Amino acid sequence: MLEEIIIAGFGGQGVMSMGQLIAYAGMLEGKGVSWLPSYGPEQRGGTANCAVVVSDAPVGSPLVTRPSTAIVLNNPSFDKFEPRVRPGGMLIVNSSLVVRASERKDIKIIDIAATDMANDLGNSRIANMILLGAFLELTKIVTADSIVESLKKVLSANKHHLIEVNKQALQKGASLVGVEIS
Amino acid sequence: MGKVLMKGNEVIAEAAVHAGCKYFFGYPITPQSELVAYMARRLPEVGGLFLQAESEIAAINMVYGAASTGVRVMTSSSSPGFSLKQEGISYLVGSELPAVICNIVRGGPGLGNIQPAQSDYFQVTKGGGHGDYNIPVLAPASLQEIVELTQDAFDIADRYRTPVILMGDGMLGQMMEPVEFSERSDTEQCKKEWATTGTRGDGGPKIITSLELDAESLELRNRNLQQKFARIKENEVRYETYHIDDAEYIMVAFGTTARITMNAINKARQDGVKVGLIRPISLWPFPEKPFIETREHVKAYVSVEMSAGQMIEDVRLAVSGHAPVDFYGRTGGVVPTQEEIYDKIITVSGGVTI
Repeated sequence: MLEEIIIAGFGGQGVMSMGQLIAYAGMLEGKGVSWLPSYGPEQRGGTANCAVVVSDAPVGSPLVTRPSTAIVLNNPSFDKFEPRVRPGGMLIVNSSLVVRASERKDIKIIDIAATDMANDLGNSRIANMILLGAFLELTKIVTADSIVESLKKVLSANKHHLIEVNKQALQKGASLVGVEIS
Repeated sequence: MGKVLMKGNEVIAEAAVHAGCKYFFGYPITPQSELVAYMARRLPEVGGLFLQAESEIAAINMVYGAASTGVRVMTSSSSPGFSLKQEGISYLVGSELPAVICNIVRGGPGLGNIQPAQSDYFQVTKGGGHGDYNIPVLAPASLQEIVELTQDAFDIADRYRTPVILMGDGMLGQMMEPVEFSERSDTEQCKKEWATTGTRGDGGPKIITSLELDAESLELRNRNLQQKFARIKENEVRYETYHIDDAEYIMVAFGTTARITMNAINKARQDGVKVGLIRPISLWPFPEKPFIETREHVKAYVSVEMSAGQMIEDVRLAVSGHAPVDFYGRTGGVVPTQEEIYDKIITVSGGVTI
C-alpha cells in the first residue's frame, strides 16, 4: 500500500492539520508516513498545501508530484492539482467553494459540499474533517479511530471538547460515501 | 519514549539536547527558525542556555567562546546566515574548537528565496572561510537519520577538536516524520584538558587562539591540522548504497534528493534498467570507496543535486575518468521530481521513455 496524498486549500481551512492527522494516525498504526508542507511563496494566491505519504514500507520521497488522491478545498487548489492526479486516482472536491467541474474521465471524482454541511453541523471550521471522513471511508488507509486517537494527542486538554464535533464530522463524511462508521 | 511525529528542524534541536548540547546561540532565518524556537523553549528545561544573538556573526563568536570552555555548543542557520558565520568557522578550525553548526540550505545566491536547495555544497565541503581547512559535513536524508547524525556530529567534534557541519535542505527542515529518540550509552564525553576553565594551580595557562605570528610555527600548526584532516578522512567516511551490486548505471545523490532519486530508481528497475544509488552521508570526507569498487564496470554515473552541479566535481574525482559522469539538477529552490529523474535515467541508459 502506498498512498500519496495532496491536500490543498486556503490558509485557515485546516489543510495542514488534516495532513498531520493522517500522518499521525498512520504512525499510530505502525505505517511509514511523511508530511511535507508548502512553506514558500507558493502559499500566496490561495493554495496552502501539504503532501502526505502513507506506506506499508518506509517512505521514500516525501515529495508528491502525481498524487494518488488530491483533496481540494478551493478554486485555486482545484486548478493546480486536478490535472496532477495520476490516472486511476481520486479527486475529492469541496463543492461548496469549488465552482469548476473536472472533465477528466480517468480519475474518480467525489464532490462534497463540505463547507455547507459543516455550517449545518454548527461549525464552519470542520469542513476539512467531513472531507477527511469521506477520504478515509473510500481508501481505508487509516481508521477513523486512529484519527480520533491522534486528535486526543495533538489537541491540548482545553480543546478536547472539540473532539466530539470532529468525530461527528468524520462520520458525516463517511456516511456520504459508504457505510456509517462507529 | 516511543515514536513521535516532529518537524525536521525540531528533531535536530531535540537530538542535540539528547547529545548533551546545553548551549545554543543563533539568529532566526527561514527555513530553520523552528530549530531556534525549539531551543529557546527546551534548553532552559535541561539547565542549559539559549541566547538569540544580534546577528549570525555574533552567534558564531558566542559559540567560539562557549566551545573554549569545553561545553557542547551549537548554532544553526540557513544559507545567507550561514555565509555570515564563515569567519567564525575558520577561527574555530584554527583554534581547534569543537562545535556543531547546522545549515538548512535554501535557494541562492544572495538573499535568494526560502525554498529547498543544496547549493551550499561547495561552501561546506571546500572550506567557506579563509585558510587551509576542511570540516566534517554530515547530510541526513530522513528525520530518524537526523537523530543519529546529530549525535555523531557532537562526538566527532569532540573526538577531533573540530567544528562539524550538519547540512540539510529546507524540505528536510520543514517536513514531519515519526522519530524515536534513544539514549546512547556510547556517547563520548572526551576529557577536555585544553578547556579554559581555570588552571586551579595545576598547570600552566591554557590558551585558545588561532593567532600564530611566527611563520614556522604556523606552518607546524597547519601540518598538525592536515594530519588531523587525514585521520578524519581515514575514519569518518559514511555512505549508503542501494542496488549497486548489479548496477550498470549509478545515481549519486545526498539528503532528500537521494530519497526522490530512490523512487525513480525503483520505477526504472521495474522497467528493467539496472540502476543503483550511492548516497554520500559524509559530504566531507567524500566517500571514494564505493566509486573505486564500481567504476570499472559501471557504464555511467549521474550526480543528482539541488544545485547547478557541485558534488559532481567530487564524483568525477572519485571516478577518475574510468566512466562518464552525467548530471541532473534543479536550482533556485526547485526540487527535482521523481518523474524528471526517471526520465534522466532512461535517457542515460539509452532506453526510450513512454
